[in-house]
Amino acid sequence: MSAEVQTKQAVMEMTPKSQDEKQNNQPMDGSAVLIQGLKDQGVEVIFGYPGGAVLPIYDALYKDPIPHVLARHEQGAIHAAEGYARVSGKPGVVIATSGPGATNLVTGITDAMMDSLPLVVFTGQVASTVIGTDAFQEADIIGITQPITKHNYQVRDVADLPRIIKEAFHIASTGRRGPVVVDIPKNVATEIFVTEEERDAEVNLPGYQPTTTPNYLQIQKAAEAIRFARKPLILAGAGVLHGQAMEELKTLVETKRIPVTNTLLGLGSIAGHHELFLGMAGMHGTYTANMAISECDLLINVGARFDDRLTGNLQTFAPHAKIIHIDIDPAEIGKNVPTEIPIVADSKEALQALLNQEFHAPDTEEWLAYLRGMQEEAPLWYNVDEHEFLPQEAIQMIHRITEGDAIVTTDVGQHQMWAAQYYSLNNPDFWVTSGGLGTMGFGFPAAIGAQIAKPDERVVAIVGDGGFQMTAQELSLLQEMRIPVKVVILNNGALGMVRQWQETFYDERYSQSLIPVQPDFVKLAEAYDLKGYRITKKEDAEQIFREALLSDEPVLIDCRVKMLENVYPMVAPGKGLQEMIGVKSK
Amino acid sequence: MRRVITVTVINQSGVLNRVTGLLMKRQFNIESITVGHSEQPGMSKMTFIVHVEDERKIEQLLKQLQKQIDVIKVNDITDKAIVMRELALVKVVSPPHARSEINSIIEPFRATVIDSGKNVVTYQVTGAPEKIEAFIDLVKPYGIKELSRTGATAFTREIQKVNSPQLSILK
Ligand SMILES: Cc1ncc(C[n+]2csc(CCOP(=O)(O)OP(=O)(O)O)c2C)c(N)n1
Ligand SMILES: [Mg+2]
Repeated sequence: MSAEVQTKQAVMEMTPKSQDEKQNNQPMDGSAVLIQGLKDQGVEVIFGYPGGAVLPIYDALYKDPIPHVLARHEQGAIHAAEGYARVSGKPGVVIATSGPGATNLVTGITDAMMDSLPLVVFTGQVASTVIGTDAFQEADIIGITQPITKHNYQVRDVADLPRIIKEAFHIASTGRRGPVVVDIPKNVATEIFVTEEERDAEVNLPGYQPTTTPNYLQIQKAAEAIRFARKPLILAGAGVLHGQAMEELKTLVETKRIPVTNTLLGLGSIAGHHELFLGMAGMHGTYTANMAISECDLLINVGARFDDRLTGNLQTFAPHAKIIHIDIDPAEIGKNVPTEIPIVADSKEALQALLNQEFHAPDTEEWLAYLRGMQEEAPLWYNVDEHEFLPQEAIQMIHRITEGDAIVTTDVGQHQMWAAQYYSLNNPDFWVTSGGLGTMGFGFPAAIGAQIAKPDERVVAIVGDGGFQMTAQELSLLQEMRIPVKVVILNNGALGMVRQWQETFYDERYSQSLIPVQPDFVKLAEAYDLKGYRITKKEDAEQIFREALLSDEPVLIDCRVKMLENVYPMVAPGKGLQEMIGVKSK
Repeated sequence: MRRVITVTVINQSGVLNRVTGLLMKRQFNIESITVGHSEQPGMSKMTFIVHVEDERKIEQLLKQLQKQIDVIKVNDITDKAIVMRELALVKVVSPPHARSEINSIIEPFRATVIDSGKNVVTYQVTGAPEKIEAFIDLVKPYGIKELSRTGATAFTREIQKVNSPQLSILK
C-alpha cells in the first residue's frame, strides 16, 4: 500500500468508529443536529481544535464520527482547510472553541475572504445567558468577523440550526466563494431539537441571488470587440479555476489565437508550457506579460480583480486597451479599472456563451510574433553563482524532478515569487498560495489540507525559513496522519522579501530582516519523527532532492540558498507595468 | 456629490452593524442614517445620505451594499422626484420678552412647541434637511441649548418627471 493511499485511511481512522446502533429513537440535541447537517452536506473531513464551548460538539463527533484533523493551532487548522478547499473545490470545514480558539482563526478567515475560498467555520460561544457579560472565553466573533466574512450567523435558537447550516454551505460555495462563520452558543449545542419541519427547513435567502448567466448583449459586444482586435490579450485569474472554465479558456485561446497571461492566483488555469502563455503578470511578472498589457488594444479579463499587485500604477495601466471584464462579483467590475464591456457571470458560462458566438478569429499573427520576439529578448533570468545554490535553481530542480506534476503550495515572500515564476504548472488547481492577504505561515498547513484532498498526488510545500516558523507546529500531523507532504524550506537566513525591499528602497539598512539564529530544521523534523534532509552544497542538491521528493514518506528539506538574491524583474511600488526594473537585456 | 440612498434589509440582528461597518471599511462619508420597520413584516428600510467624490465611488457603494446577504434592495433616489423628511427637536433660549418675536419669525416653518419652561422653549420641526438647517440658522441668534436631529428618511413620489437626469450607472 502506497503512502498516499494510507493517508486517506489514516484520516478515516482518526476518529473512533461509529456506534452501529444509530440513536434514532433518542431526541437529537443541537450538536447532533450539527454533525448530521455536516454529513448531509457531504463533509468528508473537519479541521479543528476542541475547547470548553465546543465540548458538546466534540462529544457528538465522538458518537457520530466524521474524520477530524486535529491541528496544533487553530491557524494551522484553517489554512489546512483553505488548502483543502482550493484543491478540491469543496468548502473547507473548521471548528474552534470560543474566545481564543475563534480569534486564532481571524487570519485564515481574512485570507479566505481575500482569495475567495469557500469555508464554513463553526465557532463555539459562551452560553446565550452570559453573552455580553465578558464571560470566560467570550469574544464577539460575530462583530470581529463581520468585515472579513461573506456572511456570518449566531445561532440563537436550535430550531434555526438546520437551515443555517444549509445556508452557510450555500453561501460559501456559490457566487463568489468565501468564508461563512456560524457561532454556536454552548446551550444551543445542548438544547433538544424538536420538529421534523425545522429539520427540513430549506435555504431562505431572498437577498442572495448571484448572477451566473451572462447578458447576451454584452457577450455579443465582446465577440465583436475580439473579432476586430489586432492586439488582444487574455488575463486569466482565479475566477477561471473557481468556475472550472479551463477547457473553455484553452479553446478561446487556441481557436482565436489570443495570447494569455495569469494573475498569481490564476496560475494553472492554462498550462504553464502552453505556447500562447506569456507567464504571470504584475509586480514580479514576466517582462513580456507586462508589456503585453501595456500595449494590447483589447484586454479580456476573465475572473481577476485588477488587484494593485497586478496593475501597478493605475494611471498607466493598459492605456491602449478596451476592457472586457468577466466576473461573478459585479462589485469588482469598474472598481479599479474603467470597463467598456462588463460581463457579470460565472466564468464557465460566460466563456461558453462567447464561444457559441462562432465569430471569426482576429488576425493576431503579427502581435504574436512581436510578443515571441520579446520573450526571447527578455526571458526570466538569474546569474548563476559559482559556489552558492540559487533559490531559482532549486525551484527549477524541483520542477524537473516532479515533472511539473506536483501540487505546489507556497508561503509568502521571495520563494513564493520564484515558485510562481519557475514552477511551470501542468495542471489546474495544483497551485495553492496566499495572494490577496499575503499570509506568512499559510504554505505548510495549506499543503496538509491539499494532500488530504488529493491523497494520490505529490504535494510540495515551498516555504521560507521565516514563514515556516509561523506554523511549524503542524509537523505533528505529518507523522500522526502519515501525510506525505514534502516540505522544502528555501533557507536564505533572512526575511528575504523584506530584506530585498530594504536593499532596494532603504539603502541596505537591514532592519530586523536577517535571521541570525535558526533552529536546526533537520533536528526539528527528527524531533517530530520525520525524515529531514539538508542541502548545503549545490553539487548535492539534485541527488538529495531526488531522494526526498520521490519518497513516499513525509520529508523536510532544509535547502540552503544564497541570501542576497533578489526577485526580478520587478515593478517598483507606484510605477507602471511598462517600467520594470531588473529586466534581462541582451 | 451628495446622494440619497434607500436600502431595504431583512430585519435581522447585526444587519445595521453590517451595513454601517461596510460604509466605514470602504471609507464612505455618511451624513445621516435612519432606519425603521417598513410596510413588509420582517423588513426594515434604511435611508442614507452620503457624500462621494464621483460616480465610480457611488457605483461601488451601491454594489457593495447590494452584495450583503441581508440586503434585499438598494436604490439611489437622489435624481428622482422624492419626498424627504427629517425631524429636529430644538431647545431655544426664549425669555418671556423674546418669545413672541421668536414665534412670529419661525411661523412659516410650522414648528410646534412641544415643551416650554421659564426661559426655554422646545420646538419640533419637520421637513427636508435644508428646511431644518434654515430653521436652526434662524433661531441660533437667540441661543440653542440643545439640538437633536433624526436624519432624513425618504422615498420616491408616485409621479416621476419624465427624463429626470440620472447617473449613467443607474440607467
Ligand atoms: C504574517 C505576516 N507577517 C509579515 C509579513 C511581511 N513579510 C512579507 S514577506 C516576508 C519575509 C518572509 O521571509 P521568509 O519566510 O524567510 O521568505 P523569503 O522571502 O526569505 O523567501 C515578510 C516578513 C507577512 N507577509 N505576513
Ligand atoms: Mg527567508
